[in-house]
Amino acid sequence: MAIAESRTATADIAVAAPAAQPRRPRRGWPLIWPALIYALIVTQIPFLLTIWYSFQRWNLNRPKQRGFIGFDNYKVLLTRDPSFWPAMLNTLIIVVGSVVLALALGMLFAELVNHPFPGRGIVRTMFITPFLIMPTVAALTWKNQMLNPNFGVLDWFLSTALPGTFAPNWLGEWPKFSVMLVFIWRWAPFMMLILLAGMQSISEEVREAARVDGASGWQEFRDITLPHMNRFIQLGALLGTVFIVNEIDPIYILTRGGPGDVTTTLPYLVYKKAREAFNVGMGAALGVIVVILANIVIALLLRALNRILQQED
Amino acid sequence: MVAAAAPRRRRGHAPGQQHKSIWWALVAWIIGLIFFFPVLYMVLTGFKTENAAVELPPKLIFMPTLENYRSIFSINFWPFFQNSLIVSLVSTAIVMVLAIPCAYAMAIERPPGWKNVLFFFISTRFLPPAGIIVPLYILFSPTGDPELPFGGLNLLNTPQGLIILYVAMNLPIAIWMLRSFFEEVPRDVIDAARVDGAPTWREIVEIVVPMVMPGVVATVFLAIIFAWNEFFFAFNLASIGTSTVPIFMLRFVTAEGLFWAKLAASSTMAVLPIVLLGWAVQKQLVRGLSMGAVK
Repeated sequence: MAIAESRTATADIAVAAPAAQPRRPRRGWPLIWPALIYALIVTQIPFLLTIWYSFQRWNLNRPKQRGFIGFDNYKVLLTRDPSFWPAMLNTLIIVVGSVVLALALGMLFAELVNHPFPGRGIVRTMFITPFLIMPTVAALTWKNQMLNPNFGVLDWFLSTALPGTFAPNWLGEWPKFSVMLVFIWRWAPFMMLILLAGMQSISEEVREAARVDGASGWQEFRDITLPHMNRFIQLGALLGTVFIVNEIDPIYILTRGGPGDVTTTLPYLVYKKAREAFNVGMGAALGVIVVILANIVIALLLRALNRILQQED
Repeated sequence: MVAAAAPRRRRGHAPGQQHKSIWWALVAWIIGLIFFFPVLYMVLTGFKTENAAVELPPKLIFMPTLENYRSIFSINFWPFFQNSLIVSLVSTAIVMVLAIPCAYAMAIERPPGWKNVLFFFISTRFLPPAGIIVPLYILFSPTGDPELPFGGLNLLNTPQGLIILYVAMNLPIAIWMLRSFFEEVPRDVIDAARVDGAPTWREIVEIVVPMVMPGVVATVFLAIIFAWNEFFFAFNLASIGTSTVPIFMLRFVTAEGLFWAKLAASSTMAVLPIVLLGWAVQKQLVRGLSMGAVK
C-alpha cells in the first residue's frame, strides 16, 4: 500500500515537471532526414539530368553525334515537330474529358449511396472495385470483351437492343472516346469516394431544415449539397488530373497512341521519343515540358491541400 | 399534444419514404451492376472454355471449368506473380521504415520548416514519371552515361530497380497519410510516454503506432496497391524477362479473340489480391488517395 502510494506520488511530480520547465527544443529533423534524402536522390537527381539531357543532341542509335545544342530540342518540338501540338491537344481533351465525366459519374454514385437502402454496402463496393482493378487488366478487358467489334458485349448489346443503328468499331472510329471510357471507368470510383466524404460532412440538420421547408430533392442537391461540395470537387478534379495524365497503360493497350496519333498524350509521346525512337535529348526536352505543364496543376493542387491543412490547425 | 404529433407525422411519412427507398434501391442496384459488369464478366469468362468465351449472346450460366487456371501456370504466370509480390512487399516495407519516423516528426515534433518539407514530398509524388524516365533508363542501363561519374547501375529489368522507384513513389503518400493519423493521437499520451523517458523510437513503435494501427495498416495496403498496379516504370525499365504482373498482361494485347478465357483467368488472378486488400480498407481508401486531406 505504501509502495503504491509513493509510486503515485512520484508519478504526480513527474507529470507536473514538464509543465514547469521550459519546453525542450523540438527534435524531429533526424527523423525526417532519411526519407527526405531518399526522395531528393531518387526524384531530383534524375530530374536535373533530364534538364541536362534536354540540351543535348543525343540519339542512342547515333552515340557519336552527341553534343550540347542549347534549346534546339525545345525549338524543334515547339515549332517543327509534327507530333507535339497534336499530343498537347489530345492530352487536354482526354484528361479534361475524363476528369469532368468521372466527376459527374462520381457525383451520381455518391448521391446514390449516400441514402440508406437495402444492400447499400454491396453497391458501394461494386462502385469502388473498378478503381482497384490493375489498369492493364482494365484496359485489356475493355478492349477485348467490351469493345471488340466482333465478340464484344457492347456492340452485341447495341445491335440487339437497337438493330442496325449504332454498333461502331470503337477503337478504330472512336479512339479518344474509348480511351476516355477506360479512364472514366477507373476514376469515377475515386471521385465518388472523395465526393461521398464531402457529402457526409454536410450537417444533417441543414438538410432536414431544407426538407421541412419543402425543398425538392433536386433543390436540396442544388442549393445545399453542391455549394458545400465545391472544395471536394476541386480536390477531386486536381488529383484526378495529375493521376490520369500519367497513366499510359490504357493508351498503350487500347490504341498504342493511334490510330495515327489521335490518342498520343504528352507522357505517351515521351515514351515514343525516348524508347521507340531512342532520342534521349528530345525525350528529355519533352519530359521537362510535361513537368512544367504539370506544375501548373500541381501548384493549384498544393494550394487546395494547404487550405485544408490550415483549417485543421 | 406536441409529443403526439411528431410520431404521427413520421408514421404518416413512412409509406412514402418506404416506397421511395425501394425505387432508390432499384436504381442504385441497376447502375451499380452495369458499372461492375466488366469485372463480373471478366471473372465469369475465366471459368469458360475458349470457345464459350467469345460466344454471343454471352452466357451468364454455364458449366464452369478450371482449365484456364491450370494453364496459366504453364504460361509462366507464376514467376511474374512472385516478382510482383516481392517488389510490392519489399518496397512497402522500406516505405514504412522511412515514412513512420518522418510522419511522426511532422505530426508531433513539428520542427521549424516542417510544412515546406511536407509539401516538397507531395510535389515529388505529382512529378510526372515521364519527367525522369529518360535519365533513369540511362542510369539503370549496364553501360550508363560515359559523361557521368556514376551510372551503369545495371538495374534494368531487375526487381531492385523497381523497388527503388516504388519506394520513392509511395513515400509521399505514406508520409501524408500517416501524418494525418498521427495527428489524432492525444498530446497527453505522448507527454506521458516522454515522462517515462522512453527513447523516441520506442515512443513511436510501442505507443504511437499501436494507437493508430488501422491507419498504419491502411497505409501499408495502399502502398501495396499502388506498387502492384504500377505500369509506367515497369514498362520502361523492366519489360524484358521476368517482370511484374502488369507486364505479363501485355502478352494478351494482340490476342484478338483467341485466348480470352486465359486472359480472363490471368486477369482475375492479377487483380484478386489487390481487390481484396482494397475492399478491406474501403473506409480508409479515400484518406490515402486524397493525401489525408479528406477523412
